[in-house]
This record gives sequence, C-alpha cells and structure tokens, in this order.
Amino acid sequence: MNNSIIRISIWVYLAIFFIYLLGPLVIMSITAFNSPSFPRATPWECLTFEWFSALFQDERILNGIKNSILVGIGTIILSVSMGLAGALMLTQIWPKLRATYYTIIIAPILIPGVVLGISTLVFWDRINRMLGLGADSFLSNGLFLTIIGQSTFIASYCMLVLVARLQRYDLALTEAALDLGATHAQAFRKILLPFMRPALASAAVLAFLASFENYNTTTFTFGEYPTLTIELAQKVRYGITPAISALAFMIVVLTVFAALFNEANIKRKEVIAKARKEGATVGDVTSGVKLPGFFTGNAAAITLVVFAVATIAVIGTATVYSPKQCIANVQEQKRLETQKRIQELRDQRKRDAEAAGQAGGATGAAKPSNNSGFGGVFAPGTLQGGDQGTAPADDAGSSNNSGFGGVFAPNNINGADN
Amino acid sequence: MSAGVGVDLENLWIRFGDFVAVRDANVHIKGGDFFSFLGPSGCGKTTILRAVSGFLEPSEGNVLIGGNNMKGIGPNKRPTALIFQNLALFPLMKVWENISFSMEIAGASAKERRKRADELLDMIALSDQGDKLPSELSGGQRQRVAIARALCAEPDVLLLDEPLSALDLKLRQHMRTELREIQKRVGITFIYITHDQGEALTMSDDIAVMRAGVIDQIGDGKTIYNDPATAFAASFVGENNVFRGKVLEVNGNEALIRTNRSGDLRSRISTANLGKLAVGDDAMMFIRPEALDLAPTGTKGENFVTAQVTHEEFEGNTFNIFMEGDGGKEIKVAIPNHGQSFDDHTGQAMTLEYEVDNAVAVPAGELAAE
Ligand SMILES: Nc1ncnc2c1ncn2[C@@H]1O[C@H](COP(=O)(O)OP(=O)(O)OP(=O)(O)O)[C@@H](O)[C@H]1O
Ligand SMILES: [Mg+2]
Repeated sequence: MNNSIIRISIWVYLAIFFIYLLGPLVIMSITAFNSPSFPRATPWECLTFEWFSALFQDERILNGIKNSILVGIGTIILSVSMGLAGALMLTQIWPKLRATYYTIIIAPILIPGVVLGISTLVFWDRINRMLGLGADSFLSNGLFLTIIGQSTFIASYCMLVLVARLQRYDLALTEAALDLGATHAQAFRKILLPFMRPALASAAVLAFLASFENYNTTTFTFGEYPTLTIELAQKVRYGITPAISALAFMIVVLTVFAALFNEANIKRKEVIAKARKEGATVGDVTSGVKLPGFFTGNAAAITLVVFAVATIAVIGTATVYSPKQCIANVQEQKRLETQKRIQELRDQRKRDAEAAGQAGGATGAAKPSNNSGFGGVFAPGTLQGGDQGTAPADDAGSSNNSGFGGVFAPNNINGADN
Repeated sequence: MSAGVGVDLENLWIRFGDFVAVRDANVHIKGGDFFSFLGPSGCGKTTILRAVSGFLEPSEGNVLIGGNNMKGIGPNKRPTALIFQNLALFPLMKVWENISFSMEIAGASAKERRKRADELLDMIALSDQGDKLPSELSGGQRQRVAIARALCAEPDVLLLDEPLSALDLKLRQHMRTELREIQKRVGITFIYITHDQGEALTMSDDIAVMRAGVIDQIGDGKTIYNDPATAFAASFVGENNVFRGKVLEVNGNEALIRTNRSGDLRSRISTANLGKLAVGDDAMMFIRPEALDLAPTGTKGENFVTAQVTHEEFEGNTFNIFMEGDGGKEIKVAIPNHGQSFDDHTGQAMTLEYEVDNAVAVPAGELAAE
C-alpha cells in the first residue's frame, strides 16, 4: 500500500522531471514543422519543411555556422593542449604549491564570461598597440580574439577532464619507457598520449560544445566573424521564425545521433572485450538471433540504425512532399472563420440596433437618426462584400439558410457585389 | 662467470631533504652475479635501485656500471633494465608490443619486433599469448612478460624490485627457480630487491642486508645466515633466539657471556666482530631454534640453558617448544619429527643444550622488528 504510493510518486516525479527537461525541446521541434510563420506548436496547421529550406537559404545563419565551426576547431586545439599542459603541471608541481596552482588555474571558470570577453579585447588591443600594429593586424582579428577569449576558460574545463584521467596514470609507465631507452618525447607520445586519448576526446567534445554555445565572451570579440549564437541573438531582436526552431531541431538530432553512436561503440567494445576474455567469438557471447557483427547484443547500435533509417525516410518525404494544398486549405478555413466571426459581429450589432429601435419606437419611431444606426451596420458588410469577390455563390446561399440569414438581408451584401 | 658487467656503489649517499635514505653504501657487485638487497620495508632498497637505473641522482658518491661512472647519464642511456615493483606493463599495448617496446624505440620494423618477441615468449613459456593484453594475463604470466620486456632491451644489468611480492606463495616459489634459471641462461648481472629472506637465500650469489639506509653486511647466503655481522642481520635473516648480556671473557674466537637470565653461556664470536668484542661490552648471543637440543633436566654448563616451557606446537616437520626468554622474547626450540613420541612439557622447566660453534655473539644492537 505504502509501497505503491511511493512507486507512483517516483513515476510522477520522473514524468515531471522529463517533461521539464525535454518538454521545451519537443515543443520547439514541433514548431519547426508547423506552417505558421510565428513558431508555435498549436494549433497544428500544416506539416511543412519549408523552414528547413528557409534556414539553408539564410546566408547569415550559414555564415554563422561556418564561423562557429572555425572557432570551435581553434578552441579545441588551443584549449585541449593548454588543458593537457595544465593537468600535467598539476601532477608534477611541488605538492605545497598544488592547491594554490589549482585555484589559479580554475579561476577563469568562476569569472563571468563578459569580464573575460572585455579583458581579452582590452589586453590584445594593448599588445597590438605596443607592437605598433594597425587595426587590421592578426592580433585584432575576430577569429583569433574569439578563440583566445573562449579558450581562457574552456581550457580550465579541459584541464578538469584531463586531470581526472591523469590521476589514474601510473608514472612508473613513463619511467619504464625511459628505462627501455625512450626519450622523454617518445615516452610522452607512445605511452602517455595513448593513455589520455579517451579523456582528450571528451575534452575536445566538451571544448567544442562550450565554444559553440558561448555568447557572453564572444559578443565582445567576434569582430567580423559573427558566430551562430551571435547571429541568432541578432535575429531574435527582429522577431524569430520557425527557421530557428528548424536549426535547433537539427542540432538536437545531431546530438542524439552522436550520443547513440558513442553508446553503440562503447557497447561494442565491451562485447569484444568480454569475448576476448572468454576466448570466444563475438557471436558466442550473445546467443539467439544472429545479427551482423556490429549489432550483436548492442541495443544502442540497433536504435542508431532505426533512427538513421527514420531520418532518411523523413528527408525522402520532405523532398517530394508539398504542403501547398494543405496551406491553401488552411487559408480557406481561416477565411471562412473570419467571415463567420464578422457575421456574428454584424448579427450582434443588428440585434443591438433592433433592440434600440424597439425602445426608440415607444418614444419616437420616426426619428431620422435611427437610419444612421442601420447605415452603420451595413457599412462594414459592404466592405466585406468587396473583399470577398472570389467567394463561391453557394457559400452565400448556405449563409442564407442559417438561422441568422433571415434576420437581416444577406442578399443585400451579395447585391452590393453584383 | 665474470663475463657480465659489474656494478659498484662508492660512498653512496641519498638524501630527501633532511632525511637520509641511503647512508654511505659501498657495494661491489661482480659481473654475472645474482645479487640481492635484503631489508625490511622502507629501508631504502628501491632508492638504491633507482640510483643504479638513473632515475635518482645520488646526493654524494658514485654509481659505476662496468667501471664507467654513470654521473649525469639518464636512465634511457644506461645499460640497465628495471623491473618495477608493480611491473608497469603498458596497459594499452599487446603482450608482444610490450615485450618489443625497446626495439620500437630503436626503430626496428614490426616484423623484426614480432620475431624477437616470439622468441622471448617461447623462452618464458607464453608462446601463444602474444596477442593478449596484459590485463588478460594471470599474475605470474604478467611477471614473466615484464622480465621478457626487460631482457628484450638486452641490458647488461637487470634490476628487479620485489617482482614476486604480488604473487601467492606457490607461484612465488616457482618463480624463484625460474628467475634463477633465466639468470643462468642469459648470464647477465641481476640485482634483486626483496624483503623476503627466503627469496634472497635461495636465489642469490651474494646478499646485502640493509637496515634503515645502512648496509649491515654483504656476503653469500651461508655467511649471512651462519655468521651475521650485526644483531640486526642475525635477527632479520631467519629465525633466531637472542640472549642479551655482557662479555665476561674472550678467548680466541670464543666469548663467555653473562646473560641477563640464563647464566653464563659460551659462544663463537662472529667473524666480522673478531677482535672488536671486548670484555665488559654489551653483547647479544644468537642460537637458531634448530641448533638447540633437549638435555637431561637440570644439567649445568656453559652450553646449557634452563627455562620454563610456556607452550608447544606441532608444525609437521618439527615440534616447536617455546620457553620463557630474555626481555619478553621467547626461546624457540625446533625438534625434527622422526616419528618419535612427544610429551607435553607445558609449565615444566626444561634444559637445552647447544654446540658452542652454533651460537654466535655480536655487539648489542637493534633487532629486526618481528
Ligand atoms: N621521493 C622521496 N621523497 C622523500 N622520501 C622518500 C622518497 N622516496 C623514498 N623516500 C623515503 O626513503 C625511504 C626508503 O624508501 P624506499 O622506497 O627505498 O624503501 P624500500 O626499501 O624500497 O621499501 P619497500 O620494501 O616498502 O618497497 C623511505 O622511508 C621513504 O619514505
Ligand atoms: Mg621498494
């Protein structure tokens, strides 16, 4: 009894947690496929892929992506190498200095990005001037400044990742290599680097992601190389379109792909290691349905492939699918709705006027000012009639049959048209 | 076997700050010998080995390998190969790549390396295990791979830092013989470090006994065991019963010692202390448990000890009798089991007899911790 309550509340909690976590992403992904030009998920109108093509036709977004990738690559190289150097230093430094050194090298993470951006700008501007270089020198290049600026704190992240792995490194391995005749450089390249490879890969991914999403620092340093986040921020200022949702959706899909791929790879390695340990082939470890090597006992790999097939299917549909008809229908429906709404409004007015007329009849029915009241009601109708030149005739007929039709004269409207 | 390359330590001092890890070590290791440093944990054995392999510069003194002073020569330039206390096999390389690492450094082709690795794998009886990772081997196999990796570098001197300490008893005993055989086959100098006196005694040509940074005695196994130079060496190598006292008289190589508890006892003076132990000095006399024998109770003499039996035990090959000894230490007597009947003597006084030649006297000094 008590147990089931706990279990239910855990599930509820999990549901809330995942809605909180993934809800915005789901909603935003839906808006990328909905046809209204302001991003929204409801009401659902038409499935469309036009926001993707709009995205790929947006020069500034494309340029932003290109710059972001350039900056990302530069930041990976600089941050990972600085992070590795910092991590090595931390493990080798005189123990008494270690805590102080750690604090200093971690500090950039705690400093607001804005401050880092401004100081990067000011600092390199100073250097630039000290060297007597012009405003178009390498040191004031946006790409250079952004990479340097971002690396000031991303290198610290990288160092944290690398230190964790380095702490598990046995210095005796380097000594063994030296003892067997290797130089320090050879020992570093052949022993330490291979050992660090998984952490280096993690640090590189982390550096790229941190660089890709950075705004605070970049906003001061980008110069003539606006990154994607900068472009997006500038776009949002003038109102957003579902093209941005489309971009976000693609990033989400790429992330999921990468995660699945990684998972599948790890799983595969585990299976192979297990097989090696037991001296069996991969197939023997997972008895049952025989699948090609890569899939055996590897749920992530299967999901990955299903996912890929689904993506290809969607892209395939997108190239042949045209939402024109749907959009036309929706527009038609919208038009009808507006019309209906206007008629309701008219009706309302008319009834109001009638009520007023009856009241007026009791006092003085023949007052000429009453006529102006009618005139006011019919005036918008005339306008409407002029607007709806293409409205089918039977539409008007059906209006005729409606309960309201008899109350005032819809024929008059059509009459105005004719 | 004087073909190998010898190693000499001359007035070697190694300090870490104020702490002296090695104090004035002088050792001559003959080429082709199996030489052991034997001492308790923390006495500076690894430190000496690191100084020989070049990871540590001595604070004072010299390391000579094959007569050449090694000052300023890095570990990758010395003709030594070190087998680390924890083996330090490269975890990401296959066994054969591990073994042939030194050739990879020297720029040999993969084919040559594989060939040499396979030869060495044959030698260590792991022929078909070359494509495994070190983590997929057993402890003893890893041990042998580490040896093969060191031998592949064709060193003149192989340094081994307690390489068997991680193995279980059976395997350790097996590896002892194996190591000794490998050493005989390759004929190079082995410097072996251990805190296990059994290992040192069974494998070594010569042994240096170390205590807290000081080398107490150098000699072959028999000398160290039968003729210890210090109280520490006597108590650290093998089991020994200690009798403390003062030298009453010295005649030739024998001394009469007035012990605190067991009366006046006669003993041989250890060779290293001949002429140094004088009348009136504090001395310690050691008798091995197997050198003591039962005698008719109450017999008196300069080679008889009488004491209360505290307890007894049966060890299989011996009956052990423990008696009240000097300074809280028990006297242990080991009587070989020939299938004779054996009575319980607990609580009784018993008299023991020994041959004077089997007792050895040294100046009083620090004993090894039990
Ligand atoms: N880098 C160092 N800095 C300071 N002291 C050290 C250093 N290396 C070793 N020592 C000290 O030197 C002494 C000898 O150390 P060493 O490693 O040589 O002992 P060991 O005889 O090999 O012991 P074990 O049998 O436990 O391996 C120890 O007291 C140790 O604390
Ligand atoms: Mg040691």
